[in-house]
Amino acid sequence: MVCKKLVWVAFLFISFIITSNAQVKVNGLVKDNRGRPLKGVSISLKNTYDGGITDSLGKFSFKTYEKGKLTIEATFVNYKSAPQTIELVKEPVSVTFIMKELVNELAAVTVTAGSFEAGDKKRAATVMSSLDMVTTAGSNGDITAALKTLPGAQQIGDQEGLFVRGGAGYETKQFIDGTLVNNPYYTSVPDLAQRGRFSPFLFKGTVFTTGGYSALYGQALSSALILESIDLPERSEADASISSVFVGAGLQHLGKSKKSSYGINYGYTNLLPYFKVVKQRPDYFTIPEFHSFEGNFRIKTKKGIIKYYGTLAHNQLGIRRPNIDSSTIKNAFGLKNTNWYNNLSWREDLGNRWKMNLGLSYSTNLDNINQHLQDLQNNNVTTGIGFLDTTNFTLDSRQDLSQVKAVFEKKLSGISAIRFGGEYWYAYNKNNYNHYDYLLKDQYKALFAESDVYLTNALAAKIGARFEHSSIINKANIAPRVSIAYKTGKEAQMSLAYGVFYQKPENLQLQYTTNLGYTKATHYIANYIKTTNARTFRVEAFYKQYQDLVKTNPVYNNDGDGFAQGIEIFWRDKKTIKDFDYWVSYSYLDTKRNYLNFPEKLQPSFAATHTASIVAKKFITKWKTGFNATYSYATGRPYYNLAYSNTTNKYTISDSGYTTPYSSLGFSVNWLPNLGLQKKKTFIVLVASVTNALNYNLIYGYNYSNNGLIKQPIRPAANQFFFIGCFLSWGVDRSQDAINNNL
Amino acid sequence: MKQIIFGLFIIIALQTQAQSDKYTSAMVAALSELKDAKVADDINAVAAKFIRIGDAEKNQWLPYYYAALTKARMSFMHFGNPDDLADEANTIIAKAEAISANNSEILCVKSMISSCKLLVDPQSRWQEYGAKSNQFIAQSKAADSTNPRPWVLEAMGLKNMPEQFGGGCKRAKPSAEKAEALYSIFKAASELAPTWGKDLVDPIIAECK
Repeated sequence: MVCKKLVWVAFLFISFIITSNAQVKVNGLVKDNRGRPLKGVSISLKNTYDGGITDSLGKFSFKTYEKGKLTIEATFVNYKSAPQTIELVKEPVSVTFIMKELVNELAAVTVTAGSFEAGDKKRAATVMSSLDMVTTAGSNGDITAALKTLPGAQQIGDQEGLFVRGGAGYETKQFIDGTLVNNPYYTSVPDLAQRGRFSPFLFKGTVFTTGGYSALYGQALSSALILESIDLPERSEADASISSVFVGAGLQHLGKSKKSSYGINYGYTNLLPYFKVVKQRPDYFTIPEFHSFEGNFRIKTKKGIIKYYGTLAHNQLGIRRPNIDSSTIKNAFGLKNTNWYNNLSWREDLGNRWKMNLGLSYSTNLDNINQHLQDLQNNNVTTGIGFLDTTNFTLDSRQDLSQVKAVFEKKLSGISAIRFGGEYWYAYNKNNYNHYDYLLKDQYKALFAESDVYLTNALAAKIGARFEHSSIINKANIAPRVSIAYKTGKEAQMSLAYGVFYQKPENLQLQYTTNLGYTKATHYIANYIKTTNARTFRVEAFYKQYQDLVKTNPVYNNDGDGFAQGIEIFWRDKKTIKDFDYWVSYSYLDTKRNYLNFPEKLQPSFAATHTASIVAKKFITKWKTGFNATYSYATGRPYYNLAYSNTTNKYTISDSGYTTPYSSLGFSVNWLPNLGLQKKKTFIVLVASVTNALNYNLIYGYNYSNNGLIKQPIRPAANQFFFIGCFLSWGVDRSQDAINNNL
Repeated sequence: MKQIIFGLFIIIALQTQAQSDKYTSAMVAALSELKDAKVADDINAVAAKFIRIGDAEKNQWLPYYYAALTKARMSFMHFGNPDDLADEANTIIAKAEAISANNSEILCVKSMISSCKLLVDPQSRWQEYGAKSNQFIAQSKAADSTNPRPWVLEAMGLKNMPEQFGGGCKRAKPSAEKAEALYSIFKAASELAPTWGKDLVDPIIAECK
């Protein structure tokens, strides 16, 4: 018996060894669905150790002891794995795999025509982060000033705003967390551009679209600046700042569970000490003074976040300049402004591939402006001369905007998605001009839908449309937007975009008549981008057609039109020279329009034909110091004296010309003495900067006397602006930021 | 009858033994192939082998550990797209972690992967991946206080960071010495367990005298 069993055992053993002994060769080929061989694909016999990897011809080969029916699988990053069943007996087996590429967000092309994305950490090739903005020499921490170093934007110094591709400043709109910002800049002062109200550090992401932007946004003929506020701060911190023009203090508190935070800030700006040292051309009878309170809270929800940001600001100034028509009188302009801005947003992942973005915003802006003729002793006077006295005015203005916006997104198969939603704005504008009341109320509604269609990783399209209705002009429109992107190489892609954009007439025009329609622009954009982690090259060509622009002479109507076309080039390189980051941008612009009181199609005075900027940043680790320089150049801009004839009731060009070119070199230095010293509790940043270091005589245009015989250049209040500031923070090691920017 | 069952038991036991021997010998072979692999294609082939062993074994963390370590090293050496390789390594190490949680060695690899991600674009990734890398080092130390490798990674990171940012020899030296001290008493848990790293701290100690 025992013997028999031993035989059994021996038999089993031998059979085990025999079956294990004969190897079978498995070979084959792996191709993608277009027939190209794939290299580096891993081939495995499931549940065994056996397998191989494909060579550059897509071929693989291995030997195995396994027998019978087995699953053989090919796996490759970004490709759908492809299992097959094979039967292994004795003969060599040959297998062919055809693998399909998976469409996924990392590998897929993104639609980029017309937009500069900044600060988006997911993609390495961000163009501009908030730290970039503040360390751009000449920007003085102003978002708009920093964005002007990108192609597409003009170097305009006598009016605030982003003048994009032949568009006026008001054709660019700013959006924070989805909703429109009604007063993104401090109230206009004649011939002096004002700063933006928001600090770059409020935002984690910035998309500067120079055209062809998404159907989620509207009412901007030229450009949308889409700002996304930061989520929870990294840590609690307190900060304080003191500089040649302002003092400030703030507190940011992050809850223990890191689920919520709140913060407050106060800033006070007074230019008195600065004006004592640096002479200004105008006579400031009220020194510019700014107070601003800011508050925020952020609460993490289940799979999203609720954010509030609010600011209450008050400022005043008074400026006196010689009158161009008479040497015995002066113009005195006084301004008081109060602005209250509130933004509440809720972003939530609803599950089941649904996402939601809600935005609520309310802002009110109160201006008290008066302009008066004054004699040489600075007393208000009335001259009895009609054209002079009509320049006297008082204006009390209130602009309220309430908004609600909802966007829903559903991810479809793969990463294709559809977004849709609507928004409602209620605008209340009340002007009291020389004691006459003007009231404008508008209810604006919009519905929009947009879909991202990914055909493959290399080909994507964004198709959208927007329906809008404005009650004040009682007109509706439908604006289609389409863009496609095609990946031409590993790090290169091309995009095409087409879109129609509508914008309501400006309030000053509506105050005159509401019998107007939308102004309209149609954008056609083609671009090519090549980007590696530290270098970006981008070239973009565009054609923009303007229709239905508002004419104010001979009558108010929508008969204006125009065009803009051009080419823009951008190059940024953070890599070639160690610790040295630079970018170069160039814009060519050819534009003409007939609008407002233009007698014919003219190149507008805010459009220079050639604009270029070079921005360079060098951080010297040894000194813990960053040196930044910006040089901007623009060819001369046209200016016109449009003279009104009482007899023909028309304007004619009585004089015209081009200004001298714009040229400005800015420098800034930032020193971080406690950088990397973990034991130091206070983090210090010292900043010194100067704009227009070469003291170039900047001329933005000309003002004409009533008779057209005298023209006076429009110049900045001072050629240069000097700044020294000290920023302190406690609680957060800002070294991270600095290392960030300079590694 | 009893004997038949007994015999079958022996066979099964022997086969299991053979199975685990097969695992050990396959791993030993793969580790030695890894040592000899010099070009990207060969290294990649060994990584694929580790993955196959891991997939077949299902409850061994070491194959995935070595596969991820290999991919991370490839990312460091720019053998392919460093960003993609780091992502790959991350998917693989997650499988190892699913088998063996709070494992000091696995946490080391996770720290390395975070450093790989960081190096692709330090400027915009410092905040996220720099913090992660340090956090995994801390976790690795906590998981096994006798493991020298988190100290190796810490010493290397500090050594490569400019002095002005809080790095440099002075700050790297204590971590390197700690690693050195741990190596002198370190005993690998098995013939397959990780032993690497001493050759990486020796030059730091030599240079930072």
